[in-house]
Amino acid sequence: MDVILRLFVNVLEEGFIYGIMAMGVYITYSVLHFPDLSVDGTFPLGACVTAALILAGVHPVIALGCAFFCGCAAGAVTGFLHVKLRISDLLSGILVMTGLWSVNLVVLGGRAVAPFYNKPTLFSTGLVKLLPQGLYLRRVLIVLFLTVVMVKLIADLYYRTKSGLLLRAAGDNDQYVTAQGVDPGRMKMLGLMLGNGLAALSGSVLAQQAESASVSSGTGMVVMGLASVIIGTSLLRGFRFLKPTTMVIVGSVLYKAALVAAMQLGLPTNYLKLLMAVLFVTALVTGNALDGRRKQSAKAYRA
Amino acid sequence: MQRLIAPDVPMVRMQNIHKTFNPDSVNERTVFAGFSLTIWQGDFVSVIGSNGSGKTTLLNLLCGSVAADRGCVEVAGECVDRLKEFQRARFIGRVYQDPAKGTCANLTILENIALADNKGKPYWLGNGVNRRRLDTYRAMVEPLGLGLENQMHLAVGSLSGGQRQALALLICTMTPIDLLILDEHTAALDPRSSETVMELTERVVKEKKLTTLMVTHNLRFAVEHGNRLLMMHQGEVVVDAADEKRGDYSVDELLRIFNEISVEVGN
Repeated sequence: MDVILRLFVNVLEEGFIYGIMAMGVYITYSVLHFPDLSVDGTFPLGACVTAALILAGVHPVIALGCAFFCGCAAGAVTGFLHVKLRISDLLSGILVMTGLWSVNLVVLGGRAVAPFYNKPTLFSTGLVKLLPQGLYLRRVLIVLFLTVVMVKLIADLYYRTKSGLLLRAAGDNDQYVTAQGVDPGRMKMLGLMLGNGLAALSGSVLAQQAESASVSSGTGMVVMGLASVIIGTSLLRGFRFLKPTTMVIVGSVLYKAALVAAMQLGLPTNYLKLLMAVLFVTALVTGNALDGRRKQSAKAYRA
Repeated sequence: MQRLIAPDVPMVRMQNIHKTFNPDSVNERTVFAGFSLTIWQGDFVSVIGSNGSGKTTLLNLLCGSVAADRGCVEVAGECVDRLKEFQRARFIGRVYQDPAKGTCANLTILENIALADNKGKPYWLGNGVNRRRLDTYRAMVEPLGLGLENQMHLAVGSLSGGQRQALALLICTMTPIDLLILDEHTAALDPRSSETVMELTERVVKEKKLTTLMVTHNLRFAVEHGNRLLMMHQGEVVVDAADEKRGDYSVDELLRIFNEISVEVGN
């Protein structure tokens, strides 16, 4: 029983951490229809920046903010390559991801891994210390839950602002944005900045939870983020009252649950990334199939 | 943006425009070689012409989605050659043939209108939909008679082509503009919707006193609407009838000219 509970908590914790990144991937992939691969580089960028800052004695919350801004800057580079230099969307992402590998190594001072055990993190400073004994044991889960909810609420608010609405319009219809006297390229860049900012934020949270940052922690992040988005939005599409941000977070938790379940059933760890890819394909294909059926029935209904 | 313009300044002046697509290739096609056109303030110009006569290129040159090889485009007395399409959009409104282009399918009717209402101002973190303007927006769509005022929270994607086009027309004329461009905006609609949209066009143009350039394949619309008729052929204006002279051209007469031209070209 204890084992199951621990697994459950583990799934939730990881689901929340990667859920933040999935919200970012949602902006680039679902809102802008931009297959952004730079996430594989911006996620560890957030982690590395956080490690460097915390080792330098910076407050963990400020480290979070800095990670977000660094992610935004990297996203702006992807946007610049694509919008201004007219490099294809996939290639722009790959170039930034590749370049960031070196940037991340430099940030960590030439090391591939930077542990910062027993330094203050989100989970050991501030209001967390005031938690009663019983809840203190679950502080990681509580802090992660609060963080993810806060990011979600801010994202929801943003989607309702002028900028947020125009961003949604930009993914849908370039011409409409042009007609409002705004450069659609600028909106694309903004979306990429926000998406990568969230990915870096997610990397920062992961680093603080693990008390260590690794240059290679970004491998497979794009696939994981996309899978969360697709699982969440296709499984929960029927629930009209749910915001896409909620769907994506649930998708992230479900995806983690599927991975953990497979591991528990005895799948060797070496197969993890393969399983991630297979799960992604399954989600994509079933999502498309469900979508197709819905469209057909909608057509029948209209006719 | 609607600017104060001295009455003797033309709204549009295109002088000696040259445009060749795919130069120095097998697909080279010269659309304009020394094309000139002046449109006066308050004119409602209908443009007709066969495919490939240069109508769409004319509109694209005005809006900035295509740049001229040579020549100058002036709008309201100012050269706009250096302005990008989105910059020109601040004073030129355009309704496309495709109803999907003028509105945003994923956003609701209300969100579409609210975003357009903000045109010309920055799109920052202010509330996207100003609730206090809701009644104004409702009053705006009510005269359409389409019942949209009761479905403001419906996604635009679920509207019919005619409804979307009517909404697109309202949206692009909402903030003051100098010039309205209608790019075969009724061509993709069924006959009844196209009548409705045309009536709405007439009303909006009159009400806001907009200078309008309408490209159409519907000869009857071209004859019945506007105060000036242009027929284009191979990059040149072959018929230009303004005000009184316009009465000389009936639908039959136009068809006759069309056939004559086609015979000359040999198709």
